[in-house]
Amino acid sequence: MAKLPSRRDETLGGYVVHGVPFPASTDPEGLEFLKKMTPIQIEQEYKITYLHSYGQDSPWFAGLANKKLLASQAAAGEYTYANPRGHDMYTGEETRWIDITNVPAKVHAFTVCYFGSEEFLPDTPFVLALIEFEDVNTLLLTRLMGVDPNAPGLDWIGMQVKPHFLRNSKLKPTDIYFAPGD
Amino acid sequence: MRPVYALTGGVSKFAKARPDKTFQAVIKEAYDYAIADIGLDFPTFTRLVDGSVASYFSDHFARQLMAGIMAQDYLGLCPKPGHRVEGGGATGGICFQEAWKSVASGHMDVCVAYGFETMSHVETWKGNEFIALASDVSFDYPVGGFYSGYYAMMVTRHMKEFGTTVEQLAHVSVKNYINAFHNPYAQKSQRITIQDVRNSPMVAWPLTRLDICVMSDGAAVAILASENGLKKLEAAGAKIPRPLVKVTGIGRGTDAMRMADRPHVDYDMFIEDYATEQEKSSDDTRKYYRNLWDHGTRYPGVHSFRAGRTAGNMAWKHAGIKDPLKELDFIELHDAYTSSEIQTYEDLGLCRYGEGGPFAESGKAFLPGIDYGLKLKDKPVCAVNPSGGLIACGHPVGATGLMQGVFAIWQLQGTIKKHFRDDKLQVKDAKRGAIHSHAGTGTYVTVTVLQND
Repeated sequence: MAKLPSRRDETLGGYVVHGVPFPASTDPEGLEFLKKMTPIQIEQEYKITYLHSYGQDSPWFAGLANKKLLASQAAAGEYTYANPRGHDMYTGEETRWIDITNVPAKVHAFTVCYFGSEEFLPDTPFVLALIEFEDVNTLLLTRLMGVDPNAPGLDWIGMQVKPHFLRNSKLKPTDIYFAPGD
Repeated sequence: MRPVYALTGGVSKFAKARPDKTFQAVIKEAYDYAIADIGLDFPTFTRLVDGSVASYFSDHFARQLMAGIMAQDYLGLCPKPGHRVEGGGATGGICFQEAWKSVASGHMDVCVAYGFETMSHVETWKGNEFIALASDVSFDYPVGGFYSGYYAMMVTRHMKEFGTTVEQLAHVSVKNYINAFHNPYAQKSQRITIQDVRNSPMVAWPLTRLDICVMSDGAAVAILASENGLKKLEAAGAKIPRPLVKVTGIGRGTDAMRMADRPHVDYDMFIEDYATEQEKSSDDTRKYYRNLWDHGTRYPGVHSFRAGRTAGNMAWKHAGIKDPLKELDFIELHDAYTSSEIQTYEDLGLCRYGEGGPFAESGKAFLPGIDYGLKLKDKPVCAVNPSGGLIACGHPVGATGLMQGVFAIWQLQGTIKKHFRDDKLQVKDAKRGAIHSHAGTGTYVTVTVLQND
């Protein structure tokens, strides 16, 4: 069995204090003492809900909800973006949607996250991967499933992968993930 | 553009947390140090300084919008002109360059650049979340927003494509930690080994905790002036150390927020648009790159930073540098990760793309006269992060680029012993150095060259 960590996890929480230490008198000696005080630290909560719009990228999320992976292609077809992009960076022209759900895909780069941002700590360990698609010029960041996070290896790079979709869409980019498969 | 001199600066001790003071008062520590270093008192400097540029990355960390004006007020600089800049991890480097612009353009004779970050106000993993909000919140963040994860993906690609090893990464950590052992401003003070780096907890494979910089509270300040500003300050009694330090090269580059969107250009476009002058003129290097491309390398992909290469090429051209490895005495570069130091060796042309790993363990970027406990093949050529860099000094984001600037000024003045109370880190006869500041996954990068007159 693994040893307990040598330090306990700590939270910001503490007791509510009634009565803050302060000099009994604000005479010169008492006021001088204030310079030796340790700082008072309080908790400030900050919560907010945003109404976030996907704007011109919305069809990409609608595609995921319908188990389709869309990509953006320059009008002349010369450059294809794996991520949605309303306008082509080379011509400045509006892009068109194409379906790359069944385009052959493989792992371009990856990592296993054993720690993460607070929001994703419960998911650890998880695997992030950049996926490359045949005839697509850019990559797609996604979660990689079906691999052992305790045995990562560079041979994962180049591995053929297939897209999988959540049955119940959350309208997030995690509606799609990839797993090994030809 | 007028000549711009970087006179001096100040740095607060970087620490995990500074609850003893508000951010304004931490900035003032660095500010007062800088003023005292040029022998002026507060009212005299306040009378002579024309304005400021403020640098801090995240409104979330301070939970305070317009924190810059609060610092401006606390420093007694109101109603002089000032503004805040923000560009992720490059915020401090951008701030330094904006102060340079203010002076070079003739808008100000004396400009003070100040920066800070207070990252301790939230727990580490919430802090990681705030930092990850500097990735696309529609696409990248929700997949598992975590910068160490983003950088670790670059590492696996670099390893796969170029054969870079984790031990080579660890050489960077050992170098920077042991350098920082002699820097009293550094947050970390410990001697470590390659094994320590590899045995520390795995954060995002293959990066361990000792491959990654820490979050910090801290502030830094740099004072820049024109020739006229210098005269005004000296007429008021300032004692500016000689040799003077001049800003001689400015470069900046950018890249896409989503790392996945970076292009993968072909060999011809790489040589035309991105190769250094030295690379273009070398048959051997062009052959080397042709071979890489024949084996599948594309540029920048996710293993390289074209923003860094663009910034470097621009700064080298401005400063008249053809071979940065031989023509710079030191570089303070943005080593948020050991891997990004290696990537940056390549971007800045200290070695060719793909050769950053061997370069890291060669010894060329180490300081002479320091026992690193390593067998190094080559003699030191150009010290990289003689201060200890972000890995060991800490990374209070808005202050970091300015900290690099201050350490560079002191190196070029030859005053490291005065400020560090130890001359181990003084680069002998330093004539020219560079500072490099880097944001996001390589989104904004600044390179600034300083040299003594």
